[in-house]
Amino acid sequence: MQCGRPLLLRQPFAPDAFDQVILGCVNVIADEMNPARVAALRLGMGEAMTAFTVQINCGSGMQSIDTAYRTIREGVSDLILAGGAEALSHAPLVYSRSAVGWYGRLFGARTVGARLAAFASVRPSFFKPVIGLERGLTDPITDLNMGQTAELVSHLFHITRRQADEYAAESQQRLAAAQKNGHFKGEMEPAFARDGTLYDHDDGVRPDSTADSLAKLKPAFERPWGKVTPGNSSQITDGASWVILASEDAVQKHGLTPKAVIVDSEWSALDPSIMGLGPVYCSTALLKRHNLALGDIELWELNEAFAAQVLGCIAAWEDDEFCRDALGLDGAAGRIARDRLNVDGGAVGVGHPVGASGNRIVLHLVNAMKRLGHKRGIATECIGGGQGGAMLIEAI
Amino acid sequence: MTTSHAAKTALGVLGPRNLELGPFTLGDTGQDAGAWQHWRMRTDEDGIVWLLFDRKDASTNTLSEETLAEMDAVLAKLEQDHPRGLVIRSAKRSGFIAGADIAQFRGVTETGPIEATLTRGHAVLDRLDRLPFPTVAVIHGYCLGGGLEVALACDRRIAIDDASFGFPEVLLGLHPGLDGTVRLTHRINPIQAMTMMLTGKTERARRAKSLGLVDAVTQERHVRNAVKAAVTGELKAAKPGWLVSLLNSSPARAILVPRMRRDASKKAPRKHYPAPHALIDLWMQHGGDADAMQKAEIPSFAKLLVTETAQNLVRVFFLRNTLKGLAGGRWNGGHIHVIGAGAMGGDIAAWCAWHGFTVSLADMKPEPLAGAIKRAAELYGKISHGDRRKVRDALDRLIPDLAGEGVASADLIIEAVPENLELKKKVYAGIEPKMKSGAILATNTSSIPLEQLRVGLARPERLVGVHFFNPVSRMQLVEIVSHDGVADDVLADARAFLGRIDRLPAPVKSAPGFLVNRALTPYLLEAMVMLDEGLKKETIDRAAEDFGMPMGPIELADQVGLDICLHVAEMRRGSLERPMPEPPQWLKDKVAKGELGRKTGKGLYDWKDGRAVKPSDAAVPPADTTDRLILPMLDVCVACLREGVVADEEIVDGAMIFATGFAPFRGGPLHYARARGMDDVRATLSRLATKYGPRFQPDPGWDNLK
Repeated sequence: MQCGRPLLLRQPFAPDAFDQVILGCVNVIADEMNPARVAALRLGMGEAMTAFTVQINCGSGMQSIDTAYRTIREGVSDLILAGGAEALSHAPLVYSRSAVGWYGRLFGARTVGARLAAFASVRPSFFKPVIGLERGLTDPITDLNMGQTAELVSHLFHITRRQADEYAAESQQRLAAAQKNGHFKGEMEPAFARDGTLYDHDDGVRPDSTADSLAKLKPAFERPWGKVTPGNSSQITDGASWVILASEDAVQKHGLTPKAVIVDSEWSALDPSIMGLGPVYCSTALLKRHNLALGDIELWELNEAFAAQVLGCIAAWEDDEFCRDALGLDGAAGRIARDRLNVDGGAVGVGHPVGASGNRIVLHLVNAMKRLGHKRGIATECIGGGQGGAMLIEAI
Repeated sequence: MTTSHAAKTALGVLGPRNLELGPFTLGDTGQDAGAWQHWRMRTDEDGIVWLLFDRKDASTNTLSEETLAEMDAVLAKLEQDHPRGLVIRSAKRSGFIAGADIAQFRGVTETGPIEATLTRGHAVLDRLDRLPFPTVAVIHGYCLGGGLEVALACDRRIAIDDASFGFPEVLLGLHPGLDGTVRLTHRINPIQAMTMMLTGKTERARRAKSLGLVDAVTQERHVRNAVKAAVTGELKAAKPGWLVSLLNSSPARAILVPRMRRDASKKAPRKHYPAPHALIDLWMQHGGDADAMQKAEIPSFAKLLVTETAQNLVRVFFLRNTLKGLAGGRWNGGHIHVIGAGAMGGDIAAWCAWHGFTVSLADMKPEPLAGAIKRAAELYGKISHGDRRKVRDALDRLIPDLAGEGVASADLIIEAVPENLELKKKVYAGIEPKMKSGAILATNTSSIPLEQLRVGLARPERLVGVHFFNPVSRMQLVEIVSHDGVADDVLADARAFLGRIDRLPAPVKSAPGFLVNRALTPYLLEAMVMLDEGLKKETIDRAAEDFGMPMGPIELADQVGLDICLHVAEMRRGSLERPMPEPPQWLKDKVAKGELGRKTGKGLYDWKDGRAVKPSDAAVPPADTTDRLILPMLDVCVACLREGVVADEEIVDGAMIFATGFAPFRGGPLHYARARGMDDVRATLSRLATKYGPRFQPDPGWDNLK
């Protein structure tokens, strides 16, 4: 609701002009089965609006865009609202006593259905005792939780604790700078709670983070020697994101100004215990199909599930053996320059509302490319359960 | 199969079918078991007679001499036919029966004829009560006054879940007159019954069930089975318990009545509002004896009806209908854009969203928007009767709009930014190019002439004043302010818009202060003068309250805000020919100190929990106090009529009652002047002018009102 209403309000067409609504959501709450349809109705899109919800864990928000894109390409629809939403604070979970207090505060500040309300965060250390949520973030095949898969990836590519902390600190600073410079204007909408509370920024941003200060945190998942800490992981938050996809006919009919074109998309899968490497597989497949080199991509949004996992992906592309034997390339793919990757920070600061993030990184990639004058970019994410999704985008 | 664009939604087509009329279908013209104007009767396959009340040429069922006489004929036939059972229900979508036809109460001056009418009415309902077979009232929508009395005369009452029940007679200065005082106090707990009748409050179906007022609450889809169950006796009646008899006993009444009297006096002093007291007397004297109470109800009602209070309140009822009629046009807008999320803008937006509009509420800053959402949620909590879906939907429709994007799709734009000409013109310049061609630009200004605001507009004919009063949710009146260049359809649409948000329009011309604020200004300023004269503030307030004003001028000034009072007073001094007392220096000092009244917790009074802290032992005000406060208000009303700011006396009276709460039992300021005597009012004003100064000089317009 909170991000959909401003988006629809600024369109030159009425909310019921859409053909359908697709929403990615991982943890659908019992009160609102098929949240896509709930959102469509509550957004005033009319009783005749068909809507369905898609789920592919952390890729759900991108899956909605992909499904919309393919539906429009098929000529079946012209105008689709595609989003991602997550309200883990609303998930019916077994809470620890301290988390119950936190949950109560959150719940009181929101409408029953405002799972789209953003910006309430809790650190992994907080959800440690939260049994249900932890189960949801644990892979059932390997019985490793997501943090443990990041530990494994970092180990396999020799990512150090220091590197992860440095990456995380820089991510925080990038996000803070982007917020300060207004780079999220028109992209991040404040949320208004019915008790009058204004959520006008992500409260997970900690611009004062440094690699040194992050070094003091204890590992969250594998004590005492693990590398993945609350400070170098994404935060579990509530959040939502929508994008509008239109056919050329719809663009002309409504006089729209397109921002970007989806060139192609790809999904890949690998062993669930190293799910963090998903982006490497799907992005590489995209590049191969379009005869592109790693360096041809001017801007990357690679979802920051864990700092160590992002660094693991980068290291994978630099790894001669891995690129040759696992990806079928001639040798190392190359290096992604840090100034082309997650330029405005990412989930480490902004949070990772699992159903929403895939949608948000596509949207942010488009906006960042337009701002920086770049033409070609990839948004990609790792997906719990051992998958990855990627989208090749061209700015207009 | 051929296709065509469907014009209606599924429920748009099927919805009208959702009214269970037994052997009838909605709108059928088949043969009935009798030839009546307002009643239709058929027998269903179970041998149950369905009697539909369908008052001819009306969208609402009301009881009148004629409809009751016909009902009597129907009952006579039923006595002979002796069917298995009888169902009474309304064929109108809007509800069961809205009560008596109030037009028949108008202008009644003698008790004799009304007593005769009531006696006949009692006989009809007694006949219904005595029918020797089961009788069932099926009730949807409202069931008020006489409607509830009909329902109470049946053996069983089945409510649809949208039904509401009440005896609003007290709001007209009356109490129930068709045996309702007896049937209700003997059907449910008499304390609850008396409360219902003393407050005029309506009760919803579920609560009515728990009170014992109805025997079942269900949905249309189960009415057939519910009726069958009621006729066979399978549906048990909600029996009045032992408590009802006990509380109706003489010792219980003796304990309960003094407290009822005290509460009634507090809310409605006997000298102004006799009805609640008459009702208490009636129950006190005859509560233990139904027959005696029934007999005594008739003269008590008749006596009330001829009082000035009842007649004036009946007048107010029709004033409301007159103003409502002004809002009767069609306007199809769906999206309203409100600019400025301050107290007024935010509350206007919230009110519109509650009434089904999509509302974008624009402000440059997010904090006022957050505050407006909070106030909206609080208001909805109070008015939703616990319907959380309604609250959710209204909040969904109320969209904070930081970028002002809503202008482009809005059908009506309401500007509610601070009272500053240049600021408002700047806002208009920014939005006018983005507005849809048919959109209306409305301003909530209370003091800036529209002739100044329209300068620079490309389409000044789309500009209209829509002046709400604070608090928006409680003040029913809105001034629709015209100027000489406004398009007629814009005025009509603005009025129709008010109809859709359940507010009453008062058309006024753009003149400083329009009608209501202009009339209130001397009332407030005179009170300030009196304070300077050394009169105590609670004494001044008492003078106005004794007259019947809902709140004295000092309290009102605090309520409105001393800053606003000062602003209006200073503006009015500059712009009108009438001499006005200078706002006192201490008022300016108070405003400078930030003691603005209720909103800051301190003004002329200290405020606690939204109430002024007042000593209860105000002294009796000296002579002239009331006249000095009230008569200048009447004088401004007369001046407004003379200047053509307002078209007629009815609108003046209606506007003053519904915007300021001007003593309703007095029928409005001009009606009061007429009742008191024009000459007397004018002579008093002249006398006050000699004694206190030229500000009391009567307006020449009094000559036009002979």
